[in-house]
Amino acid sequence: MASFSTTATVTDPRVALGDDGILPPALAGGSGDRPDSGLPDYATRLRRARLGLLVALTPVLMLFVSFTSAYVVRQGLPSLDPRTATLVRDWIPVTLPKLLLINTGVLVLSSVFMELARRQIRGEAVFASADSIPGVPPASESRIPWLPMTLVLGIIFLFGQWMAWRQLAASGFYVATTPSSSFVYLLTGTHAVHLLGGVLALLGAGVASLLGLSLTRRSIVVDVTAWYWHFMAGLWVYILCLLEFAS
Amino acid sequence: MAGGTGGGETITMSTHESAVQAAHAHGAPQGFIRKWVFSLDHKVIGLQYYFLALVAVFVGMFLSLLMRIHLIWPTVALPLLGDIKPETYLTLVTMHGTIMVFFVLTTAPQGGFGNYFLPIQIGAPDMAFPVLNMLSFWTTLVGFIVMIAAFFVAGGAPLHGWTGYAPLSAVQSTGPGEGLGADLWIISIAIFCIGALMGALNFITTTLDMRAKGMTMMRMPLTVWAWFVTAILGLLAFGVLLSAGILLLMDRNLGTSFYVPLITVNGQLTGHKGGSPLLWQHLFWFFGHPEVYIAILPAMGLASQLLSVFSRKPIFGYKAMVYAILGIGFLGFMVWGHHMFMSGMSPYTAFAFSIMTMGIGVPSAIKTFNWLGTIWGGRIRFDSPMLFAIGFVSLFVSGGISGPFLAQPVLDIQLHDTYFVPGHFHLIMGVASIFGIFAATYYWFPKMFGRMMNESLARWHFWFSFIGTYAIFMPMHYLGMAGMPRRYSQMTEVGYLLDLIPLQKFITYAAFITIAGQLIFLVNLFWSMFKGKKAVDNPWEATTLEWTTATPPPHDNFGGHTPVVHNGPYEYGVPGAPRDYVMQTDPEIEPAH
Repeated sequence: MASFSTTATVTDPRVALGDDGILPPALAGGSGDRPDSGLPDYATRLRRARLGLLVALTPVLMLFVSFTSAYVVRQGLPSLDPRTATLVRDWIPVTLPKLLLINTGVLVLSSVFMELARRQIRGEAVFASADSIPGVPPASESRIPWLPMTLVLGIIFLFGQWMAWRQLAASGFYVATTPSSSFVYLLTGTHAVHLLGGVLALLGAGVASLLGLSLTRRSIVVDVTAWYWHFMAGLWVYILCLLEFAS
Repeated sequence: MAGGTGGGETITMSTHESAVQAAHAHGAPQGFIRKWVFSLDHKVIGLQYYFLALVAVFVGMFLSLLMRIHLIWPTVALPLLGDIKPETYLTLVTMHGTIMVFFVLTTAPQGGFGNYFLPIQIGAPDMAFPVLNMLSFWTTLVGFIVMIAAFFVAGGAPLHGWTGYAPLSAVQSTGPGEGLGADLWIISIAIFCIGALMGALNFITTTLDMRAKGMTMMRMPLTVWAWFVTAILGLLAFGVLLSAGILLLMDRNLGTSFYVPLITVNGQLTGHKGGSPLLWQHLFWFFGHPEVYIAILPAMGLASQLLSVFSRKPIFGYKAMVYAILGIGFLGFMVWGHHMFMSGMSPYTAFAFSIMTMGIGVPSAIKTFNWLGTIWGGRIRFDSPMLFAIGFVSLFVSGGISGPFLAQPVLDIQLHDTYFVPGHFHLIMGVASIFGIFAATYYWFPKMFGRMMNESLARWHFWFSFIGTYAIFMPMHYLGMAGMPRRYSQMTEVGYLLDLIPLQKFITYAAFITIAGQLIFLVNLFWSMFKGKKAVDNPWEATTLEWTTATPPPHDNFGGHTPVVHNGPYEYGVPGAPRDYVMQTDPEIEPAH
């Protein structure tokens, strides 16, 4: 998997020349953007977008760090039993639905597809540049629809999480049943909301593609969404481990 | 005050520079809606933030006036509110604190002036993500509207204080205002957090990625450093507050027990059990203490700027000032426990927090001594921005000195719930930051509106504010030491407090006069916008980039040019220079030997 860098420059081979050392997407706007469009060059925009994403992920991280802190603290707190006037533990561990493991597999697979989609669209941008060179035959491009496949898997994951909630409720664990079940709903729900943001970004990139908008812009959107998606996949694995092994 | 025009070198945009300049991709908007309402221009967004804070500050001041009136005339019916019950008084306390902290102290220095001047001071044409910038303002505005809406729903606004301590805030039946009003309060703060995070994202990315050629980190004005570090603090703190708010909403509406133990309210079991009110306090104050620095760091940066400009001297110890800002930001996350000495924490933990808290005095003292070193021997120009900058330093020192008292657990236990604490934090966090806002307004008004503010009115405004502030908040320290409790609505018939009532009356009269003095500012602000004397490009003979461009700045900030920076931001009194200041864009000066 490619490494994440916010310091991409026009001399950065990963961005400027592509992984294959081919010419970059047209600079000063990139393919699809007119050179006089007033936008910074591709490398600058990509670097800035990645930096923005890196900064944006910080509060997301802090959000889940706070939840983790609350999880650990709340787990250790006793509760007063009014009948016996004694302190008791009210933390009843929740048996997580097996469906969550399947969902995890779906999300990890979607992350792989997302990475392939990221590389694919960057390749398309490179080919778009090369196609305009006289004498260069049109490239035979891989047409596997990685992006829509990622999108579908993302939606399947969200649907799977909803089904897992229903299974939890069917087994008697509602939001307020026990503190541990409160955290299961809280963590899975907050993660799902964040992943929904990634799904919407992918939908946006798809709509942009249908509308024939700039390949450069789509490339940047997909690149940033891909890194976000990987983060969400990693975050989900962390949440699952927390709920499974720290309860 | 000498007039002058901005000097300095600007060069025609070359291909190499187009990457930065072209970031201002959206053209100058046409039409009122695009230009002034849903604007992508950081300058307009900065003004929108500023005027939002202006509205908020007058709402907050009005609430404080009602509180002051009620404290000394508790039987008098107040306008709009009628007879004041104790819970109504707590509502006033809550909404005054919340509005002031979030929608004034956080909004104006960072969202207002930071938005307007950070890109210009680093030579950028706009923020990195203009659409996000616009959304951050509108999100904040929605948050403010939701907050105000809490006054008008059944039960009214909440009464749990701006700190929202659980379980009072976590159970709907604990009092009037703790129903829908409290939900709106939490939702408003959550919305505010999202807006602030979007803003912080922009500030950090812009500072790191869009500086003009030659604008190294160590050539950035201290205002930029302050906004940058403030944005980092916001990035780390608001996410935590958001998480705390989500848990609070779940406790209130979904029956969870994160914060609420087994308790009864009005003789009824609430249905919660096992939660910890201290969990809320830890999460809240992990945000709450950095919030103090979010409010005051921009003012510190501005004071550094102004003391140098108006003393006609370089800032004393630029690097030390930068490291002090970073140190304050870092230590700000280590001291939240000093707000919780009363919670029964282990004395060893309290000791650790106490030491760390007093440790913040080190970078704070570095800044203070450097400010004094800056004006020492300077050719000081006592223009209104300088008066307010000096006022800021005065308030910062006065308020700061009482900090080490409260940093000691044994003293804090005595003083915590008394007027000593409002006296302390109003001086150092509240009014000091407000003085920063005033200083910034008088300093940058010519650049923002192309006209000068009336200097005589500004001086009147300063003396009203400066003397009034001390008259209001200094006596509160004495009230606190004498044992007068805060948050109590009616103390005129409590035997042991009767001797202190005259002092409370004095504070209320001082508040009347000080608030009346703010009307001078309001008149000056709006009158000068339309009738003030035309301003030249660089009326203060300052060196930073905003003074190299036209007044007001064009849409892309530098009129199709991009500045190249050769010098530091505080080059005053340079030997051999043709004038007593060297612009950042002037040819590089020889270092002094």
